[in-house]
Amino acid sequence: MLVIDCPYCGPRPELEFSYGGQAHIARPANPATVETSDWAAFLYLRSNTRGLHAERWRHVRGCARFFNALRDTTTDKFIATYRTGEPAPAIDSRGDR
Amino acid sequence: MNSWRTDGGGRIDRTRALSFSFDGRRFTGFEGDTLASALLANGVHLLGRSFKYHRPRGILGAGSEEPNALVRVVRDHSRATPNLRATQVELYDGLVAESQNRWPSLGFDLSAVNDILSPLFPAGFYYKTFMWPRRAWHAFYEPRIRAAAGLGRAPEGPDPDRYAQRFAHCDVLIVGAGAAGLAAALAAAASGARVILCDEQPEFGGSLLAEPSARIEGMPAADWVAAQRSALAARPNVTLLARTTAFGYFPHNLIGLSERLTDHAAAPSAGSLRERLWQVRAREVVLATGAIERPLVFPGNDRPGVMLASAGRTYLNRYGVRVGSRIVVVAGSDAAYAAALDLKAAGAEIVALADVRSAAGEAATAAAREASLPVSLRATVLGTSGRLRVSSVRLGTVTSGGAVEESSSVACDAVLMSGGYTPTVHLFSQSRGTLSWNAERNVFVPGKPAERTHAAGACRGIDALAAALADGAAVGSVAAAAAGFQGSTPAFEASAVEFGSAGAPGALAQPGPTPPAKAFVDFQNDVTTKDLALAAREGFRSIEHIKRYTTTGMATDQGKTSGMNALGVVADGFERSIPEVGLTTFRMPFTPVTFGVFAGYARCDLFDPVRTTPTHDWARGHGAVFEDVGLWKRARYFPKTGEDMHAAVARECRAVRTGCGLFDASTLGKIEVVGPDAVTFMNRLYVNNWSTLAVGKSRYGILLRDDGFVYDDGVVARLAEDRFHVTTTTGGAARVLGMMEDYLQTEWPDLKVWLTSTTEQWAVIAVQGPRAREVISPLVSDIDLSPGAMPHMSVGWGKICGAPLLLFRVSFTGELGFELNVPADYGRAVWEAVYSAGRSRDITPYGTEAMHVLRAEKGYIIVGQETDGTATPDDVGLSWAIGKAKPDFVGKRSLERPAMKAPGRKQLVGLLTEDPTVVLDEGAQLVESARQKVPMRMIGHVTSSYASAALGRSIALAMLAGGRARIGETLYVPMPGGDIAVKVTAPVFYDPEGVRLNG
Repeated sequence: MLVIDCPYCGPRPELEFSYGGQAHIARPANPATVETSDWAAFLYLRSNTRGLHAERWRHVRGCARFFNALRDTTTDKFIATYRTGEPAPAIDSRGDR
Repeated sequence: MNSWRTDGGGRIDRTRALSFSFDGRRFTGFEGDTLASALLANGVHLLGRSFKYHRPRGILGAGSEEPNALVRVVRDHSRATPNLRATQVELYDGLVAESQNRWPSLGFDLSAVNDILSPLFPAGFYYKTFMWPRRAWHAFYEPRIRAAAGLGRAPEGPDPDRYAQRFAHCDVLIVGAGAAGLAAALAAAASGARVILCDEQPEFGGSLLAEPSARIEGMPAADWVAAQRSALAARPNVTLLARTTAFGYFPHNLIGLSERLTDHAAAPSAGSLRERLWQVRAREVVLATGAIERPLVFPGNDRPGVMLASAGRTYLNRYGVRVGSRIVVVAGSDAAYAAALDLKAAGAEIVALADVRSAAGEAATAAAREASLPVSLRATVLGTSGRLRVSSVRLGTVTSGGAVEESSSVACDAVLMSGGYTPTVHLFSQSRGTLSWNAERNVFVPGKPAERTHAAGACRGIDALAAALADGAAVGSVAAAAAGFQGSTPAFEASAVEFGSAGAPGALAQPGPTPPAKAFVDFQNDVTTKDLALAAREGFRSIEHIKRYTTTGMATDQGKTSGMNALGVVADGFERSIPEVGLTTFRMPFTPVTFGVFAGYARCDLFDPVRTTPTHDWARGHGAVFEDVGLWKRARYFPKTGEDMHAAVARECRAVRTGCGLFDASTLGKIEVVGPDAVTFMNRLYVNNWSTLAVGKSRYGILLRDDGFVYDDGVVARLAEDRFHVTTTTGGAARVLGMMEDYLQTEWPDLKVWLTSTTEQWAVIAVQGPRAREVISPLVSDIDLSPGAMPHMSVGWGKICGAPLLLFRVSFTGELGFELNVPADYGRAVWEAVYSAGRSRDITPYGTEAMHVLRAEKGYIIVGQETDGTATPDDVGLSWAIGKAKPDFVGKRSLERPAMKAPGRKQLVGLLTEDPTVVLDEGAQLVESARQKVPMRMIGHVTSSYASAALGRSIALAMLAGGRARIGETLYVPMPGGDIAVKVTAPVFYDPEGVRLNG
C-alpha cells in the first residue's frame, strides 16, 4: 500500500485515495471547433509511460481534493505531488530537480 | 520413555507430559515440543505422502522451511487446519493431527502407483498427456486430476474463530529475533526509536536455541536471549511479537505480519482471538531473517529419515531428540560436521561421514579427527533404500579423473545432509531489492535495496556468532539513525564452536548423466533433476520458464530449500554460472497465511456496510421482502399472506393505477448545487437548458460523459436562483458527485459553486396514484396542491405533520404523484401519518419491483438497464431533453461524431410477444428470422421485461438496431424452448398521451 503525499493534508495511506488517470489533459475550451480526430484523441488517447508519469489522484476519503503526482511507474515511487493547475515540476526519476 | 529421547537437555519441560494423536495413534510428548520433535521422539519418521508421486515422506527440517511434513491439525469439524508444517506446530495436550495425501492409509497408499508410472508424469505432463481427445479434458481428466492432486482438505464448517487486524507505525521494524535481530533491536531501542521486533517462533533466539556451546556476555546464549528479551520488553518504545510471521513486504515499507495467538493452546478460551494481522508502516526495516540449510541432491534423498544436518542438531539440542541411532552424515559443507559431533556426543553412532568435497575446513577436519569420525572425502551418494524409512545408503567415490565408483553400502536409520546455507532473502526480494552474488559462499545476498531496508546477520552471509551480533548492532544503529535517532552501538563478547557454512548448490556426482532413481530438487512439488534436465532438453532457457514448466519453487514453501539447488542443476546443465542463469522472483506469502486473518472483521454482518432508509423497520414489520441495491436494503415487494412475488407485484401495481401507492424513494442520490455560478455549472454539465427553469420548478435532467454516452439521470429542481436540488440514480450518487467535483475542481475552478451530498439528509416518500392528492392534502400545510397551483414538475416548500416539507409533484409511475422530501429523522413519522391517512382509500405500500413494472409500462428508462455505457440520449429517445442552443455541455461534441449519428444504432423500442402470457428473458437476443444458421445475426436485445397487470399481458423494452423504423415488424427471440415471435412497438405502453400524469 503506497503512501501518497496529499499537497493539502500531507502523507496518507493509499486507502484514502482514488486514481484519476493521466494529468495535464485539459478539456478544450471550445469543443465545437475541435476536429473530430483531435476530439477522439482528447477522449481516448493516453500515454502508457515506463518511468515518470504525471497523473491525477483524489484524496477522496480525506479532503476530497484532486491533485497531481509524478510517479515512477517502474518503482511506484512518488517523486512529487502538486496542486491542480500547477505545472509538473521538472524532475528526473531520481528526484533531482 | 523411549530410546530416541535423550536423558536430559533441550528446552522441553520434561515434567509436563502431553498426550497427542497422529493418524489415530496415541503418543506422548513434552511441553516445548513441536509435533515434529514429539513424533521423532516416538520414532515416527513417516509423516505424509508427496504431492505428485505419493512417495513416503518424513521430516526434512526443523522450522518454517519444511517442505514435506505437512499435516492437518483438527480441533473440531470447523477447526481443521490443513497443510501445517509439523515442524512449526506447537504440541499441546490432546492435539489431534492427521497425515495428508494418502488413501487408504499412510503406510499403504494406492496412489503410490504414480511413482511407478512416473514416466507418464514428466515435467509439463499437464500440457502433453491430457490433450486428446479434447472433450475428455472437462469430462474426465480434469475432475480426476483435481481429485488426485492438491494437498490437504479444507474444514467442513464455517470458521468460528475471531480474527483481528491492526495498523501500526514504527521507526524500526526488525524481522527475526536471532542473534543479529536481537542485537539490532537492542541498538535501535537504546536510541529511543519506536521498535517492533517480530519472530515466527514462540521463543526468541533463532539458531541460538540449538547452540549449547555458544556463550554471550559470559552466559549461555539462551540465557542471554532471555535476559535481553526481558530488557526489551521493559522498554515502552519496544513491541515484541512472537509467533508472528512477516509474510509480505509491500510498497513504501508496509510489512504484513500474521500473529498467531491461540493455535498453540490446548483449550483457547471462548471468544479469544485466533490471529491478528498487523500492517506495519516502518520508517526503516531491518531484515534479520537468517539462513536456511540446503539439502543435497542425490537419488532417494527424499526417503523418510533423510534430514537436514541443522534439523538433526536442532532436534537434539533444542528438543532432546536423537533422530537416529546409526547415522550417515553427508557433508557438502562444514556445517554437517557440527551435527555429526553433537549426535556422536549424544550417543548416536556416526556410521559414515561422507564429504562430497575434496577437503573440509581446518576446524572441521581437526574436530572430526579428534572425535574419530569416519570421514571419507570426494564422496557421493548413489542411492538409498528402505520402504517407509531409510535403512541403508549406497556411497560412491569420485576419482581424481571425475569418474564415479561405488564404494560401499552402509546400513543406517537416519541420514543428515548439509549443502551449505542459503540466506533467507525472500522479504528483501519481495520488496524488489536486487540481489547480488557472493561468489565466495555461492549465495545470493541482499544488494541494492528498493525500499528503506537493511539486512543483518546470516541473511546477508554473516553467520559466525560474534560477527552476526556485531553486524546486527551496527545495522540496528544505522537504521535508527536513518529514522532520526542517534545512539551508541552496543558491543557483545561472544564465543561458540563454529564451522563454515558455505557449500555449492547443485546435484551430487552420479555415474551416468541421469541417475536411475529420482533425485529430488523440490520436495513439495516433486521436481527431480530429470525434470529440470528435460526442460532444458526441450529448449527452455529462461529460469522463469523452467520454473513454470517444471513447477520447481512454486509450492507453498516458495523454494526455501529448493531454489538454489534448482539453479545449480540448471547452471551445470547449461555449463553456465548461477548468476548467469539468474534468479526467479520470490512471491509472498513467506509461509501460508489463513484466509481468516485477511478477512479479519469483514465477515457476516460486518462484511459490508448496510444502508437502510428511515422506513426500513416499518417495512420489515409489514412483511417486506428486501433486495440489495448497492449497499442499500430496499423493499422489493410487500407480500400479503399466501401471495407470491407475482401476485403481490400485480396487486401493488393495480393499487397505484387505480387508487394510491406509497413508496420509499429515499435511496435516490441527492446533491445540492449552490452558488452564484450554479446555473452556469449545471448548464455546462447536464444536457438540459437550466437557464429557463424557474424557481419552484423541476425538470428531468440527463448527464453524459464527455464521450457522449448517458451516465446518469434524475429530476433536478431549482429551489432558488443560486440553488439546485439534483437527484441521481440510487447507484450513481457517489460517482455523479465525483464527476461534478472533478469538473468543478479541475476544469472550471473559477466557478463559484459548492456541492453537497444530501442523500441521507432527506427521506423521500412517493405517494402515487389517482387518489394521491386526496391522501396528502389533509396533512400538508403552506402549499396549494390544486392542479393549477401545483402542476406536474412543480416544487414547493411547506409543512407536513409539523415537519419541514420539500414537495415535488413528480411521477415515475405515469400517475398523479407527489414526492414528499422531509428531514430524514421525520421520515418514519410522516410515512406512518400518510399511511394512516390513506387507509380509508386503501393506500398500498409498494416496492422496487412494482416501481420497475410501472415505469416500464410508461417507457421510462433506467440508466444501467436500458443503457449500458454505449447509449446516446437519442438512442433511448431522450433527445428532446437536450438544450440545443447551448454552445457546449459535457458530451455535446461527441454527439456530433459521425458514429454517434450513424443509421443502424440501437434504439429503444417496445416489444409485445405474440403470446401475451410469455414474459421474455431480460438479456435475450433479437433476430430478424429464426431460420438462420448459428451464429445468427443479432440485431438487438431485451433490456426490461415484465408481466403488466394494467395491460393484462407481458411487455418488454429492447434496444434494437434502427429500432424506431422497425415499429410494426415481427422479430424473433430464439430460446432453448423454441423461437418467440414479438411485435416491435413504441416504448410507451400505457397512457401515451400523459393524461393521467397531469390529472
